[in-house]
Amino acid sequence: MSSLPIPTAKQEAWRYSDLDAVASVWPTPPAEEIHVAAGESLVRVIAPEGGADAVVIADYVVDVAAGGRCEFFILNTVGRLGRITIDVTLHDGAHFELGGTIIGGGTQTLEIVTIVRHVEPHATSNQVVRSVLAAQATGSYLGQIAVARDAQKTDAAQSVKAMLLDRTATANAKPELEIYADDVKCAHGATVGELDKQALFYLESRGLPPAEAKALLLQAFVAGAFVDLADDAAREMLEGRALAALEALL
Amino acid sequence: MLKINNLHAEVDGKPILKGVDLTINAGEIHAIMGPNGAGKSTLSYVLAGRPGYEVTEGSATLDGEDLLALEPHERAAAGLFLGFQYPVEIPGVSNLQFLRTALNAQRKSRGEAELSGGEFLKVARAQADGLGLNMDMLKRPVNVGFSGGEKKRNEMVQMGIIDPKLAILDETDSGLDIDALRVIGEGINRIMRTPEKGVLLITHYQRLLDYVQPHFVHVLAAGRIVRSGGPELALELEREGYGAIAA
Repeated sequence: MSSLPIPTAKQEAWRYSDLDAVASVWPTPPAEEIHVAAGESLVRVIAPEGGADAVVIADYVVDVAAGGRCEFFILNTVGRLGRITIDVTLHDGAHFELGGTIIGGGTQTLEIVTIVRHVEPHATSNQVVRSVLAAQATGSYLGQIAVARDAQKTDAAQSVKAMLLDRTATANAKPELEIYADDVKCAHGATVGELDKQALFYLESRGLPPAEAKALLLQAFVAGAFVDLADDAAREMLEGRALAALEALL
Repeated sequence: MLKINNLHAEVDGKPILKGVDLTINAGEIHAIMGPNGAGKSTLSYVLAGRPGYEVTEGSATLDGEDLLALEPHERAAAGLFLGFQYPVEIPGVSNLQFLRTALNAQRKSRGEAELSGGEFLKVARAQADGLGLNMDMLKRPVNVGFSGGEKKRNEMVQMGIIDPKLAILDETDSGLDIDALRVIGEGINRIMRTPEKGVLLITHYQRLLDYVQPHFVHVLAAGRIVRSGGPELALELEREGYGAIAA
């Protein structure tokens, strides 16, 4: 059980959350701890299921030893609040990969919150997050990257893209860099956009009904988050579930 | 087949089409020529139903059906095909997947049986071969990384697969080299020159018409058709320019 006081909007990591929903399940169970041994690799696929009223809060604390590799693939579509947090510590030459997708409608609040701590040299991380939001939904990616003083040759990348299907939906994309080493590469890009109207008309002019045309474009948009998942069956499961979630929005 | 009557349309509140009249019967190929800004592309977009192109007056029917009351995908299912002047690139969406979905959506709405994957591939391969487009390119994302000529070939492959009743081809000849122009011209003839189909070619230049002989040529200027004639009109335009004729 967490002994921490209930979070408030003043805390950066909770700023965009649904605090009423958080209060309804507080205190949450402790984070799951994952240790990846030196030179080992681990792949986690996280795709919570549940009803519209569900409150899903899942926390992971990951430690990746020297030369290890950890990959997380997340499909966050479920519940009134769906919040997945990952706190990763990377040792010498370790790698962290995140492919995350958020698909939400109604008044859902869906969040992916990461802290990637590059504590030793030569560690790399790559995070790709794609969000599709409709109605009054809020989708947030808060991605903090902390590079310690002697973590030279760090290479950390973040690519965050959100697509709003309605003007009433909200996307928050917040990469945050805290760098104390001087020989590092940290690239981040964040965009928020709407469906390409030209592409939509092109598809429709060939006979695709609007909902199918949108689904095709959105499917391609979110597929970018799962492209590096090597396990075909798992990737197809995520793509199938993502498509079902997209179709429910259209 | 296509009947356009006193068609007026505007874009962003600006009148572009100012009373277009045009009839295309089955078996006919018509060419519309005209200076930049005359409204040629606007006419094609209005007929295909592009959002933002507002019809303020007049009518357009395809085999008696009110085109202007239909959504773009319904116009496609009714048999209308628009060949884009600037085909759109769509990252992440495979050409073949998109075309099969589109074709089957059309067939479904007409009450026809959907094509299986195998049947569809056979049709797609035949059309790609006919237009000299490598089948591997059809597996790639729609138009992504295609040269200008490849995009136009892809438009014609799509037309061949969809097999429309009426094709409106908006500057399909622009950006093509001589060889590609010939291949595309032959493609248009093979796919569309039949007694039950119609074509509206929109072009700036006579050279496409050397390959695709039209039955009628029209000059569109300032939003209206100001002259119509046979193929010889295109030659006259080429010789004398739009200035003299559209004035």
